[in-house]
Amino acid sequence: MTAVDTKPAAGNPVLRSIGHVLKARETGIAIALIAVIVVATVSNPNFLFSSDGFRDLLLTPSLLMVVAVGQAIVIITRNVDLSVGSVLGLTAYLTGRLFIDIPGIPPVLVFVAGIGLGALLGLINGALVAFAKVPALVITLGTLYIYRGINVAWTGSDRINASDLPAGFRDLGTGEFLSIPLLTIFAVVVLVVAAWYLRNLRSGRELYAIGSDPAAAHLYGLRVNRRVIGAFVVSGALAGVAGVLYAARYGTVSSSAGLGLELQAIGAAVIGGVAISGGVGSVWGAAIGAYLLLTINRALPIVGIQDFWQRAVVGVLIIGAIVLDRVLAVRQHRRLIEQREEKP
Amino acid sequence: MTSAIDTEHGRRTYSAYAHPLWRRLLVTRESAIIGLLFLVVIVATFAVPNFDSPLTLTFLIREIAPILLIALPMTLIIITEEIDLSVASIVGLSSVITGLGVQAGWPLPFAAVVAILVGTVAGSINGALVTFVGLPSLAVTIGTLALFRGIAVGLLGTTAISDFPEFWTDLTRMNIPGTPMPLIIVPFLVLAIIFGVLLHFTPFGRSLYAIGLNKEAAAFSGINVGLTKFWLFVMSGAVSGYAGVYFTLLYNNARGDNATGLELQIIAAVLLGGVSIFGGRGALPGVIAGVLLIGTLSSALRLAGVTSDIINVITGVLLVASVVSASFLAWLRTKRVAAIGRKKGRAEASDG
Repeated sequence: MTAVDTKPAAGNPVLRSIGHVLKARETGIAIALIAVIVVATVSNPNFLFSSDGFRDLLLTPSLLMVVAVGQAIVIITRNVDLSVGSVLGLTAYLTGRLFIDIPGIPPVLVFVAGIGLGALLGLINGALVAFAKVPALVITLGTLYIYRGINVAWTGSDRINASDLPAGFRDLGTGEFLSIPLLTIFAVVVLVVAAWYLRNLRSGRELYAIGSDPAAAHLYGLRVNRRVIGAFVVSGALAGVAGVLYAARYGTVSSSAGLGLELQAIGAAVIGGVAISGGVGSVWGAAIGAYLLLTINRALPIVGIQDFWQRAVVGVLIIGAIVLDRVLAVRQHRRLIEQREEKP
Repeated sequence: MTSAIDTEHGRRTYSAYAHPLWRRLLVTRESAIIGLLFLVVIVATFAVPNFDSPLTLTFLIREIAPILLIALPMTLIIITEEIDLSVASIVGLSSVITGLGVQAGWPLPFAAVVAILVGTVAGSINGALVTFVGLPSLAVTIGTLALFRGIAVGLLGTTAISDFPEFWTDLTRMNIPGTPMPLIIVPFLVLAIIFGVLLHFTPFGRSLYAIGLNKEAAAFSGINVGLTKFWLFVMSGAVSGYAGVYFTLLYNNARGDNATGLELQIIAAVLLGGVSIFGGRGALPGVIAGVLLIGTLSSALRLAGVTSDIINVITGVLLVASVVSASFLAWLRTKRVAAIGRKKGRAEASDG
């Protein structure tokens, strides 16, 4: 056809895919992440090259990554899920309770329970959003309060301690395979499955169509309600599994587990190029965003900045990311108009 | 056909669809919330010991004053279909600036003015990003929520400043002589009247509804949509700055993490008060009743020995129920109109 197709290295598929990677929105954020790691490592080689440093680098953001993948899927459908932190808190406490109340319960059942509870809470969000035609922001703001309130009422001043959890379960949180933490492997598996689903399956592509223009998607005959509910169920289930992993990783669970997580998850997605107005972005971006957010947190003290400033840096990153998105969108728009005018 | 018959016919057709006047006045979102507020007050007065003491009222107003204050500009912003999630962070930032100013030996009024100015600047950053860069306010204010809070926490770390001049801290806790009303109610009333007049009695206020209902149409009818939104965010920043100074003096404590999470309470109260998140709908009396409803309910429940987490659940249920019931009623109305249309169709068919 026209100029667009012929511009990047014509023919050679290898060069073309390299060109795609270089131009992808996720590449910029990945470069930022690598830059942070390099600067921190130069300042203090232990940041990367000690065994603890390497482990923390991979391990710390794993939980946020799982939640951010779910959040990205919801945001792609032009919704938002503010309740993920509360869902994580509830399932984390449920995990502890199950181990205490049912001695000898196999961890697999606990995982199933956590995912089930998370999916149920997500289903409530999704059904309210889809059938009441109320913006997800309002619904999930309400359920954020409700779920957290139930959590606090249930937990009270009680807390789960590491000694309440079986050693085999806690090994999940600290264990390694080929010096890669199990949690990280788990998070990457979740990421790859989600990315494959969004990219290759029809229902995954429909999520993008719905996010770009819900009314058009409905007129075209897509099952908008079903897909939106599905996205919320996935987000809830992933927050639920993150809750189980939270218990495995930290051992102690109080009623404040996951407090404020929703903003971190949304922040990770937005920094990773998932547009809050829907239809744009990938779970890869959200995952790299999650790593960037939490790696910066650890890098700041090493480069001599108090980590009190972490949130300010995060804020600058979020604003920078959305401004960049806007600039790219404006440029794209202009290019499309130019192309149209060039045509005879 | 003469026009008189036409009008008569039109009126008859209209009355078939419309509710009677008394119903239209009584069954609005605002009157429902105000009615619910009275109901809670009456029930609590009889059922909850100590609820009817003047001290309860004093504490209630003192505590919800920041929410009442910030709900005013938030209402205007949500009516234009935008949102400001950064208000609580601006409260924290303003609180830290007040503290640092007093620590540096500034007189308190000067520190307060600087803090309010910082809040105003913060609001204008939001406004500029939304208006001049053209970004969605939800994304912008999630970013500045982290940014302003980050600056506040970064400036003070985990320390707190709490040696404020007694004269000023006492002033925030003083009552209007002879009444249980805290003095803080006076600046709130002034601001509420200003915002009320601005929203309900000026062309500017009407332009906000126009923007919320249809941005493009508003722009075509000569409203400067961008600039209007910009000033709303500036106002929101200024009021949040003022609330930050008040918060600091009331609790005699300047900390970076002051008022964390307040934004959600404010937005919940505004939406409960009948402002539509889709923009173009809402009124300040309803919002003030919404804030008072949440405040009264939680104060009554707390006096009755209900823990604050159950109160959170109730707040959430109220919020969800109020928006869901609004869409449910709208759905019922469309069914009803359709039913009337069918009946009319049948009647006409049997006439002919």
